[in-house]
Amino acid sequence: MESLSNKRKALEVKPLNFLERAYLPAIVGGLSTTMKHFFKKPVTISYPEEKREFSENFRGMHSLKRDEDGKERCTACGLCALSCPAEAITMTAAERQKGEEHLYREEKYAAVYEINMLRCIFCGLCEEACPKEAIYLDGDIVPSDYLRKDFIYGKDKLVEAPLNQ
Amino acid sequence: METTDLIFRIVLIVVIFAISLVVAMYSTYAERKVAAFFQDRIGPNRAGPWGILQPLADGGKMFLKEEIIPTNATGFLFIVGPSLAILTACIGSAVIPWGSAIAIGGHTFDLQVTDINVGVLYIFGVVSLGVYGIMIGGWASNNKYSLLGAIRAASQNISYEISMGLSIIALLMLTGTLSLKEIAEQQHGFAWNVWRQPLGFILFLVCAFAETNRSPFDLPECETELVGGYHTEYSSMKLGFYLFAEYINMFISSAVMATLYWGGYNYPGMDWVAAHVGPTIGPLIGVVVLFGKIFFSIFFFMWVRWTIPRFRYDQLMDLGWKILIPLAIANIVLTGVISTLLK
Repeated sequence: MESLSNKRKALEVKPLNFLERAYLPAIVGGLSTTMKHFFKKPVTISYPEEKREFSENFRGMHSLKRDEDGKERCTACGLCALSCPAEAITMTAAERQKGEEHLYREEKYAAVYEINMLRCIFCGLCEEACPKEAIYLDGDIVPSDYLRKDFIYGKDKLVEAPLNQ
Repeated sequence: METTDLIFRIVLIVVIFAISLVVAMYSTYAERKVAAFFQDRIGPNRAGPWGILQPLADGGKMFLKEEIIPTNATGFLFIVGPSLAILTACIGSAVIPWGSAIAIGGHTFDLQVTDINVGVLYIFGVVSLGVYGIMIGGWASNNKYSLLGAIRAASQNISYEISMGLSIIALLMLTGTLSLKEIAEQQHGFAWNVWRQPLGFILFLVCAFAETNRSPFDLPECETELVGGYHTEYSSMKLGFYLFAEYINMFISSAVMATLYWGGYNYPGMDWVAAHVGPTIGPLIGVVVLFGKIFFSIFFFMWVRWTIPRFRYDQLMDLGWKILIPLAIANIVLTGVISTLLK
């Protein structure tokens, strides 16, 4: 049948000549190909010792930020928990007492703040929802662990280290 | 036999046995490293510096694994299989000349366990015994896959032994002796047999790959079709014996190949070196040269393994019966005609 597209190519199937049938030249060719790879630099990254460089907008473990005076920015408004599509975030709010002004920026703060790292999908919506610029996904990869309960990260793991230490 | 000679013999046997075990052990490590390098990877590097303790870790693991003998297996034969495999692999090294005669404290010793005048035949006998270990193991497992793997191994080894024997006949027509020691001595300096028997060497090489069940002839244990082939049911150190036997076989066949075709312990300029370093160091350098050849050959085995895909079964039989055997016979005729004309 005539080709309409004009793209059809007639392939010529030639019988193998003697050298091709003898296999040995092809084997030598294959051996030289593998030998080239023998001297190539390995592409392996030995993970715990060296790490692949992350892209600039990589989203890793969350951190709860402090302001320039070292006070926690989070006011426990719950917008991050509301925006979270995976229901990973939960918190308990508390009122700031007298004498705690150096710890918390607003009158209300999160007494308990928990993220379930097994539920989290690292979408970054909590980051976008936060009106106080208190949560960022700027950490490392969440480390592995043995028990499910150990993946529920509280404030001890999430809050940034105090400034003047 | 003198006492000193006897003591030297015993020491030599122990040393050669130890060396072949260590070489086989580190071949497993080398195989993994070489495979990694060919695939742009790093390979085992956790146990000790550069992973050099990896074989010890593997061996320890093998010994500590649970010993399983399947209910329907033939108990006695199930154990005989791997024992026979490793036994036949080890006794091949007895006739290989590791070096020329060495002088130690006024005595001259041969660096060969025993120089029997049918050394080549002995090697062939041992190699063909090797298939019994696989066959018995596969049969005793009482498992379809094991049996199929064993049958494949048996038919493959028998087919390729024929062309291996025929390729050697052409070599023996030139050497006129079956003693490996004399064959090695005839290749003094650079008069290696491979220059006189290039086709014979290629045939022998292909058959050596098939005899050791190495890729591209590793059909007996091809994981894709036969789970693990003849050692499907094996676990613990019995499996270790089978794997170990393969590497010892590789070492021995490399040594045989080096002795028959690549001049054994001979190297160009050996007389000059021997005259300068004395009768003790000179042969030792020859031993080092022989081991260099053996190690390159083992490396070549691995190189081919990570390059060429496995043969299909009918292709394997075609190659063995329809190509290698006619070529080997043609080689015999050619050798006969040329050596008669040159006389």
